[in-house]
Amino acid sequence: MNKKTSLEKATSRSTAIAATIFLFPAIAMIIMYMIYPVIDTFVTSAYRWNGISTDKIFIGMQNWQDLLKDASFWAAFRHNLVVMVFSILLQIPLGLLLATFLDAGGRKFNIFKVIWFFPYLMSSVAIAFLFNYILATNGGIFSEIAGFLAGKKVYVDLLGKNPSALFAIIGVMAWQFTPFYMVYFIAGYANISPSLYEAAIIDGATRRQYLFKIAIPLLGPIFKTACTMSMIGSLKYFDMIWNMTQGGPAGGTELMATYMYKLSFQRFNMGYGSCVAAGMFLLITVIALLFQKIFVVKEDY
Amino acid sequence: MANNTSMDKAKVKSRIVWTIVFILALFWVAVTLIPFLFMIINSFRKQFDMLSQGVFHFPKPWYFDNYPHIVQNGFFGYFGRSVLIVGLSLVVMLIFASFAAYPLSRMKFKARNLIYAGIVAMMSIPMHVTLIPIFKMTTNMGLYDNLFALLGPYVAFALPMSVFILTGFMMTIPKEVEESAEIDGCNKYNNFFQIILPLSKSGLSTLAIYNGVSMWNEFAFANTLLQSSSQKTLPLALGQFKGEHSLDMPMILAVLVLSALPMIILFIIFQDKLVKGMMAGAVKG
Repeated sequence: MNKKTSLEKATSRSTAIAATIFLFPAIAMIIMYMIYPVIDTFVTSAYRWNGISTDKIFIGMQNWQDLLKDASFWAAFRHNLVVMVFSILLQIPLGLLLATFLDAGGRKFNIFKVIWFFPYLMSSVAIAFLFNYILATNGGIFSEIAGFLAGKKVYVDLLGKNPSALFAIIGVMAWQFTPFYMVYFIAGYANISPSLYEAAIIDGATRRQYLFKIAIPLLGPIFKTACTMSMIGSLKYFDMIWNMTQGGPAGGTELMATYMYKLSFQRFNMGYGSCVAAGMFLLITVIALLFQKIFVVKEDY
Repeated sequence: MANNTSMDKAKVKSRIVWTIVFILALFWVAVTLIPFLFMIINSFRKQFDMLSQGVFHFPKPWYFDNYPHIVQNGFFGYFGRSVLIVGLSLVVMLIFASFAAYPLSRMKFKARNLIYAGIVAMMSIPMHVTLIPIFKMTTNMGLYDNLFALLGPYVAFALPMSVFILTGFMMTIPKEVEESAEIDGCNKYNNFFQIILPLSKSGLSTLAIYNGVSMWNEFAFANTLLQSSSQKTLPLALGQFKGEHSLDMPMILAVLVLSALPMIILFIIFQDKLVKGMMAGAVKG
């Protein structure tokens, strides 16, 4: 009896040692590059500091008080919310639609899947540059099409004024990210056991009934995850806007991340920049948690 | 007879539905491809031909010198650095992630669920919140403006999702495989390298594709931590070329074509793995 427990103790100890050894590198990296920096961002938000010099002045909550009154930050946050709502409304239904088409068609529609996925493979920087030309007033695709329809030279200026600039960017984001959700939903459909489809057909269901009554409800949890990803993605969006409009015209496409980047790495106001970053972190976390609470999806079949 | 006509009606109806669906599908093909065609066609023009010839007309004549010009101006330097840092980061990341997923999926110990939940929670940390501290840290380590400064952030930010997916993947490997090996005298370390790791190959390859794409296209860290053109990666090369040839649209478009091409070719080769990998892990999230 005694022997057995000591043997058990020894194995559980050797398991603990092995687990520690295997987990150590990943946890060390995560602490060093994620947890410590997040804490440090909050600490730096209590200072006035230009990022380089040694005089780093402790100012307590001053930055946070400024942040609450900072009209530019809240305007940026509002833009983030607009981007978030339209991203979810565009990318996810479109992705679901494309996936449904591909799932119904099976392997013979593979060519559609391959082509539809292309935009996701381009970098946001490349997309930003490409669409700067595509949306250009002179020689851009929209101007050319409008000119062709009107029969004369037309200049369509989408990026040069507000609010069309923000909506043009939302459109480009939908072009870029819809393929991701498409593949996500294809995987979701593929995970539904084929026996369910067979059973439904034997019971006399049509393909459409199967789709709306069985398949799409079963996608519930995936749907929620996709919405969460799209939501967090649009709240921290940066790369494309930075390379396309830099937040312009007149701050019309400024997002929290571009605002924070400008403050920190162009104006070298790293204390306040950290405060904006920390504020962004809090807002994203709160919105994500609220979303999880509000949309409860049944997880079991 | 009556039955027959209703069958025909249903057939006609389904044919109409399919025609409409197909037209919509082709419409989305057009939406997807037109920007790419715009990019490719116009990259074969001379600088001033773009506006005078109209962007949708084929170039007259086709002008091929943009591409050699880019290659002579250091394109393969950027390309090579991107390959190097993405390859290195992927190898390190996959080793660390599979190390971590092994105990989380196949060992029983006290803090397991807590550690797993903690790592999964890291998935939602926005990288911008860490940008300033990582910039400071990199400067302090003397790695600022050094390609290898990207290794740490790239590995760390890819880890949570990868550990999550690999843990799910390794859980599906039957327990008996390990038990029989243990009888043969394998310990946990041998088990991992000789049994679990080889069986996780398909999970690892999917993670390599996904994280490879996002590292290849990564911009914010690279833009913050690198400065000189001898260190910059491919996404920054676009800005560099644009700075040098800001008015030469066809030249910039040629750079875009060259930078997008490798990913598109790799995708066409490995596209099956993509969906399978999504099925294995991400979907359960």
